[in-house]
Amino acid sequence: MSARDWQGLSISAVLLALAACLPLLGDDYYLTIGVTIAMYTVLATSWALFSGPTHYISLATAAFFGLGTYCTALGIENGLSYWMTLPIAAVLGALVAGLVGIATLRLSGVYFVIFTLGLSELVRQIVTWAQNVSGQKGLYVLTEITEAHIYWQLLGLGALVYLAGWAIGRSRLGFALRIIGDDEEVARHSGINTARAKVLLFMVSGATASVVGGMLAPRYIYIEPSTAFTPMLSFLVVIMALLGGVGRLWGPIVGVIPFTLLWEAISASFPNQTTLLLGFSFLVIVYLLPRGFVGLLEGLRRRVLQREAYA
Amino acid sequence: MSAPTVLSLRGATKRFGGLVAVSDLDFDVTEHEVMGLIGPNGSGKSTTLNLISGALPVTSGTITLRGTPITALSAQAIARRGVARTFQLVRLLPSMTVLDNVRAGAVFGHRRRWGHEAEAHAMRMLETVGLQRRAQAHVGELTYIDTKRVELARVLASDPKVLLLDEWLAGLNPTELEEGIALIRRLRDEGLTIILVEHVMDAIRSLCDRCVVMSSGTRIAEGTPEEVLSDPEVIRAYLGDDEDA
Repeated sequence: MSARDWQGLSISAVLLALAACLPLLGDDYYLTIGVTIAMYTVLATSWALFSGPTHYISLATAAFFGLGTYCTALGIENGLSYWMTLPIAAVLGALVAGLVGIATLRLSGVYFVIFTLGLSELVRQIVTWAQNVSGQKGLYVLTEITEAHIYWQLLGLGALVYLAGWAIGRSRLGFALRIIGDDEEVARHSGINTARAKVLLFMVSGATASVVGGMLAPRYIYIEPSTAFTPMLSFLVVIMALLGGVGRLWGPIVGVIPFTLLWEAISASFPNQTTLLLGFSFLVIVYLLPRGFVGLLEGLRRRVLQREAYA
Repeated sequence: MSAPTVLSLRGATKRFGGLVAVSDLDFDVTEHEVMGLIGPNGSGKSTTLNLISGALPVTSGTITLRGTPITALSAQAIARRGVARTFQLVRLLPSMTVLDNVRAGAVFGHRRRWGHEAEAHAMRMLETVGLQRRAQAHVGELTYIDTKRVELARVLASDPKVLLLDEWLAGLNPTELEEGIALIRRLRDEGLTIILVEHVMDAIRSLCDRCVVMSSGTRIAEGTPEEVLSDPEVIRAYLGDDEDA
């Protein structure tokens, strides 16, 4: 590892330690926002691990998230310990992502987007149907787990996702994905097994979203398909990741923090205008920030460096 | 000929719906040979390269590499067996530097490298094509010939045994063409087997050991460049019948 890697690692460790102190403030409102930010950071960062280099926009986050939520809820109802349900959620998320990936990653562009959106809806309908058949309406998730526990778990998972992203970025797999994102035809003719590389990364991001869903299950207390599989979640993850920028590992979090704060502020005073914010953010990304805040910051840095070079 | 056959096509056919782009094509390429695949526009030359490289599946017929069939293999499997190609319209990786473009070949090709070894190998390939000074440049800043050089360096970095060049010399000015021809000759001397789809007659005459001439998807002639270029049927395919003129 180079000196720069150590520097990045120690800065991240300090930031993580600082973030871990949030529950000690004892303020429930901040903690709630902290959980939301941590949740979207993990989701958006793991989403960007796959979609950043390959440019495949996945709207399936809600499907994996809901899968994990139900996995934990059903597990607890059937007598499993909460900690057992998280690895099961991870494996299940990876499996479903693998199957979906094999079936759909041949689709390109907008076809893939539509398919993943449809997938979330399909899973939700199946769960609703299964509940109707069994006569249940929803599920209660009653545990001893507090908001602070959820927060710390999400931080831990976030650290894992960052480590995984860092390792993938330096590996042959990461290089292969960048080549695929640039030109899939070149990737195939250079000897890259493009299908395998894409499916592997899709599985990583599917498993992560599923575990996040499992971790959040105790927070909801009562789960039904419309909350666990809400399509809004998929859209929010995409918007936040793109707003931050998917070209860098630290990009999504730069989008998640301001967006979540703004979202909270708007939901508090104008609860009906949140969709407007979503649409407006999308326009800003497309017209003003095509590479997100990361692109903006790097552009500024380059300009400053150039000015110093001329001075 | 005593040199071993590297690549052979037997009855290779490609149909797009009702259109037969390549019809029942047979030919062999022997080791260390430069074979020209020539013919008028739309005669199926590029499609033939696409069949060999696995970019398109063969409708019927077989393609073998050193006696092993590669007909049903995917493009990536064929690339790993040492068949590498350039594209008729140059394809580079636009978000990367020149060096990273070439590294792509070194990392994933026929021989797989990583880390410093891959980078050193990529630098050597850039030297081979004369671009070592532009290693850190972005591909968007390059001139047309330099983009072609980068593509060739990427392909060479994978240590191919068979090189497929799809009109690699097209669009170059006379000086660049001379450099390009010298470069390809050097590659042949280093032991590569090369299939060349080309329209530039000077290049065909000075480079090719043998030519296969295609017209409307079929082979109409085969032989040395002098033989095939004086063949009346080849001249008719290129220039049309007297009656048409």
